[in-house]
Amino acid sequence: MKNSRCQIAETPVWQMQITPTNLRLRAQLLARIRAFFTNKNVTEVDVPVLSHNGVTDPYLDNFVTQLTLGQTSTSLYLQTSPEYAMKRMLASGSGCIYYLGKAFRHEGAGRQHNPEFTMLEWYRIGFDDRALMHEIDELLMDVLSVASAEYLSYHAAFLHYVDLDINTASHDELITALAMDFHYDIQQASRDHVLQLLFNIHIEPKIGKERPCFIIDFPASQAALAKISSADPRYAHRFEVYFKGIELANGYWELTDAQEQSRRFAADNVIREAEGAVQVVPDPRLIAALTHGLPECAGVALGVDRLFMLAENLDSIEDTLAFPLPRA
Amino acid sequence: MLDGEPCNILENEYVKPGKGQAFNRVKIRKLVSGKVLEKTFRSGESVEGADVMDTELSYLYNDGEFWHFMNNETFEQVAADEKALGDTVKWLVENDLFTITLWNGTPIVVTPQNFVELEITETDPGLKGDTAGTGGKPATLATGAVVRVPLFIQTGEVIKVDTRSGEYVSRASK
Repeated sequence: MKNSRCQIAETPVWQMQITPTNLRLRAQLLARIRAFFTNKNVTEVDVPVLSHNGVTDPYLDNFVTQLTLGQTSTSLYLQTSPEYAMKRMLASGSGCIYYLGKAFRHEGAGRQHNPEFTMLEWYRIGFDDRALMHEIDELLMDVLSVASAEYLSYHAAFLHYVDLDINTASHDELITALAMDFHYDIQQASRDHVLQLLFNIHIEPKIGKERPCFIIDFPASQAALAKISSADPRYAHRFEVYFKGIELANGYWELTDAQEQSRRFAADNVIREAEGAVQVVPDPRLIAALTHGLPECAGVALGVDRLFMLAENLDSIEDTLAFPLPRA
Repeated sequence: MLDGEPCNILENEYVKPGKGQAFNRVKIRKLVSGKVLEKTFRSGESVEGADVMDTELSYLYNDGEFWHFMNNETFEQVAADEKALGDTVKWLVENDLFTITLWNGTPIVVTPQNFVELEITETDPGLKGDTAGTGGKPATLATGAVVRVPLFIQTGEVIKVDTRSGEYVSRASK
């Protein structure tokens, strides 16, 4: 990887961090993405970045701000993804749509994280997760000039790299396989937390080295907003894309069942309570849209700054941005 | 503070899966035992801060049990024990400056300057004309430290040594 970080860190803070050359290449990447969707008749849409509701996901936090007019004050949430608004558009009859713009997450900055980032999210009516993955693969081959992706199930990845069957391994066996020291009581951690640690530490560095890797069939307990598999209810129609140590995208064959979605939102708040996180009111407008009827569709969110890191072999997300957080 | 010991953070990597709890993988050096270990923290977890400070002091003398250092400005003196001194004992030269790490006022680590210049007290006479220095030879320095030097270096010469690696750098500039 190019180590351009050190030299750039020395430039004055008013100056942009991205190089002028990369600034142009980034614009070209965005243009290429737009052309990809124009060719497929997928419509670009804009969504409100400020919304009346936030997300219940236990490990995502919204930035919250106040709109104060006279005596009344309303909480507004910066969106962690355009998902809810886009699903409301789909339920309103938008047809296939994509969003290319900003999303915000209330979390730390790091080599692959900036609290404000560019997200590409798209929804394909009539697609299942398989069909959508095929389209993502097409996009990645186009913009990254890479070979076609490989597919590996979550279950197979654990068998192969950690030598454990996630369906039968005990909590202790999973913790032993971590082979790490913790400053907190890992015995008390949830099974999903331990699985995620194993995945991040022992699997992620080994997959998608030469070509992008789709991790498919996530455990049903980590379904998020995906359908549960009717063929094997232990798994969900959720996938992620990994390439060269970067988590690039997360997608679902979308859950369309409003009641099931409400149950999952409630379950999120139970986890939030246990973790000492604030309770979040599930977005009633999304639930109303699902109740009205979301067309059968598949959708995916892809980090565009990370995509640009991969395209130009950059070491840090800061190098993809004019003004990353320390300069913003 | 970790396990009752002040620690130094060597590396701290923030990991946040898209859907999942954030955590930090932290590489830590325990300052008293010198042990390096890796620990995983939940992001946002807090740890007790250690009351640790570094001071630059010059070495005075050894009384058989303690090594005494002095602050050249305040003339305050500090005595470090064998444990705090560790390997630094082989670089001790009177009046040289050392970094003393104090924890609650007690010295726990004594660190030499990155480069020191020391006289060679003993080394085999090298073969004249061999300047390539292939492999080199051992040389004992005034402080008792033994370093590998090129064959052309002779007893009585002053050399510059990197104390972090314990390697010969060059002949002294003076």
